[in-house]
Amino acid sequence: MALKALDIFKLLPKTNCKECGCPTCLAFAMKLAQKQASLDDCPTASDDAKAQLEGAAAPPIQLVTIGAGPKKVQVGNETVMFRHDETFHHPPGIGTIIPDNLDDAALTERVAAAGKLQFHRVGTDIGITVVGVENVSGDSATFAATVERVKTLGLPMVLMAQGADQVAAALGVCADERPLIHAATADTCDAFAALAAEKTCPLVVSADTLEGLAELTEKAKAAGVEELMMTLTGASTPGELDALTSARQLATRKGMRSLGYPCLVTSTDEDVYRNVGKASTFVAKYAGVVLTSLYQPEHILPLLTVSQNIYTDPRKPIQVEPKLYEVGAVTPESPLLFTTNFSLTYYTVEGEVEASRVPAYIGVIDTEGTSVLTAFAADKLTSGEVAEFLNSETVTSKVSHKKVIIPGYVSVMSGAIKEDSGWEVLVGPREASGISKYLKTVWPAA
Amino acid sequence: MSMIDDGREQWAASVNEVTIGATSEDGGTRGSAVTIGGAKALPFIPSEGQAPRKPVVAMEVFDCEPPADWPAPLLEALGDVVKSPAEWAKACVEQFGAEMICLTLVGTHPDSENRSADEAAATVKAVLEAVDVPLVIWGCDNDEKDNEVLPKCSQAAAGEKCLFGTVKEDNYKTLVASCLADGHAIVGLSPIDINIAKQVNILVSEMGFPLDRIVMYQTTGALGYGIEYTYSIQERGRVAALSGDKMMALPVICMVGQEAWRAKESKATNEEQPGWGDEKTRGVFWEITTATALLQAGSDILVMRHPEAVKALRDHIDTLTA
Repeated sequence: MALKALDIFKLLPKTNCKECGCPTCLAFAMKLAQKQASLDDCPTASDDAKAQLEGAAAPPIQLVTIGAGPKKVQVGNETVMFRHDETFHHPPGIGTIIPDNLDDAALTERVAAAGKLQFHRVGTDIGITVVGVENVSGDSATFAATVERVKTLGLPMVLMAQGADQVAAALGVCADERPLIHAATADTCDAFAALAAEKTCPLVVSADTLEGLAELTEKAKAAGVEELMMTLTGASTPGELDALTSARQLATRKGMRSLGYPCLVTSTDEDVYRNVGKASTFVAKYAGVVLTSLYQPEHILPLLTVSQNIYTDPRKPIQVEPKLYEVGAVTPESPLLFTTNFSLTYYTVEGEVEASRVPAYIGVIDTEGTSVLTAFAADKLTSGEVAEFLNSETVTSKVSHKKVIIPGYVSVMSGAIKEDSGWEVLVGPREASGISKYLKTVWPAA
Repeated sequence: MSMIDDGREQWAASVNEVTIGATSEDGGTRGSAVTIGGAKALPFIPSEGQAPRKPVVAMEVFDCEPPADWPAPLLEALGDVVKSPAEWAKACVEQFGAEMICLTLVGTHPDSENRSADEAAATVKAVLEAVDVPLVIWGCDNDEKDNEVLPKCSQAAAGEKCLFGTVKEDNYKTLVASCLADGHAIVGLSPIDINIAKQVNILVSEMGFPLDRIVMYQTTGALGYGIEYTYSIQERGRVAALSGDKMMALPVICMVGQEAWRAKESKATNEEQPGWGDEKTRGVFWEITTATALLQAGSDILVMRHPEAVKALRDHIDTLTA
């Protein structure tokens, strides 16, 4: 939590010695608050003041890195309760849990299934970003052997075990990959923390109350563990939601350090619907990592999409590249529509064109990520631009006719577009939902 | 004081309660009424004092047969009942567990079957007779036609305290007058814009329509297709309501099914998207997840389409409110 200038002023020596280059300590405090100066410039600041200021500069929720190399995932570092207050910064790690008690064939199958949980939707690649390995067998060698197999996925791993011996055995084959160790309890905290500190791996602490978690994070930190996460045990879904909400609130608004760590949630209900229900809830609300026992694409894809959506930055419209898109097996005679490069607008249009099963071209005009009506109102969608696009080589090299379907909302542009481009203008439906019918009924007659 | 209590937000106000459906005691014929709203805190925070009312799961029924391009898994799950609105509604309530029926008058649209106001009113009556849960009655989204059809439907359902949708900034007077006369509640439409939502609520209440009979519809974005806009608008609205903004302290309805089943992820066949998983259930999970996410933003009525999704969502709400 950032300190205000007056709070900082209280920590300064108040001697107005000018050594820092500022006329007064208060002026220096104001510069510090705006991050335009460093406390190192003050020759007489106490160690206590330095510690407090450094603490205040740190993010309210720690940034935790799981894994090493190009696929490492960073979670935490969140600053707000609601995405509309700013944005959520780091999407949760989402992954499936592979138990270590599968026979060889089943394990091969599960690892392969986990490897397939990568998707391409609305122009973006999304997929699971972590994978849990659970020590169900209780055996160290079996656990390590399974970890070695799962390691081939190349994803950051979460080592899920109750005993330090088992964790140590697994770390023996993957410590360099910087797995997340899950989870230290009050009883095992010393041993787990020692392992995490030695191998510089992130560690999850677990307890059944926030007080218990706060105690363990302090303990693990004192034992030299640098990056920590928390998981609540034994709670109902609303109980866990309650705790995660309070922890987030205490960390981001009250600056409580001992709870300033991302949370890990596991969803393992055998009922698939409940499992998806719980996992999706915590992707939306405050989890830093969500691990589920599910591994079928139809269960995982929606979870990943919740994360993709909730973690977009509400301050920036999402855009697609302005160019000529082809939907289906187009020919030079296929219809040509145009729309704007606001991602939501484009993908809605694309979805409807696709649903019509009429192969078509969609021309995307750069409107700085605004929708059709907004762009038109703000002069970001002009007949000149549309004409330039229609007569560009991109279009003329692919489309043999000269008929363009324009969004119904900008029917008033018809005349100007016709004049500027020489193309015949067909006014399409106002809403994308009418496109399918339009392409099937109006276009063939046009 | 525990840390959980310590970290809890203190809210100043609550969301209005709205009751839909009139039992015989209230001059209607519904077996029971539903009351929504009343939230005093963010959704599903038990120790903050659970909201007095659970979110309600409604199912959507058309006044005509669904178009052939509805995804096969959805049509198969509903079966032959879709040939008759009354049968369809009955199956939703008796077999699928719908707590309300949302009768959408798609067939009245001039581009659809262009059914008359009298036909629509007859359908409303048939559905009221077939089921005894409260009804949502939704127009075809053609202002002119809705202004002709909805008043007749309002009359046909007089005294049943249905929820009629929708009124908007530039078309509200006709429906507000009807609902006022016939004792119904009303849905105010405002496409992802808090100021328009407030404006609609002000316009409607200025006609003497009580705020505790208005439900907001801020339009619903499906998972993957704009849910983040709906999510944040609803969440902002809920935070405003709890902070004391009376014009935002109204419950919210979400049209989950109709949006979720338009998504490519719900419609694509295995052949089209071999890596996306089972085509038979993919849409069901898409619908469920759209709903579970929106519940976190503060939703009071969720209008669904697939029976399995309804069952799963009701169970999820029970878990969250246990």
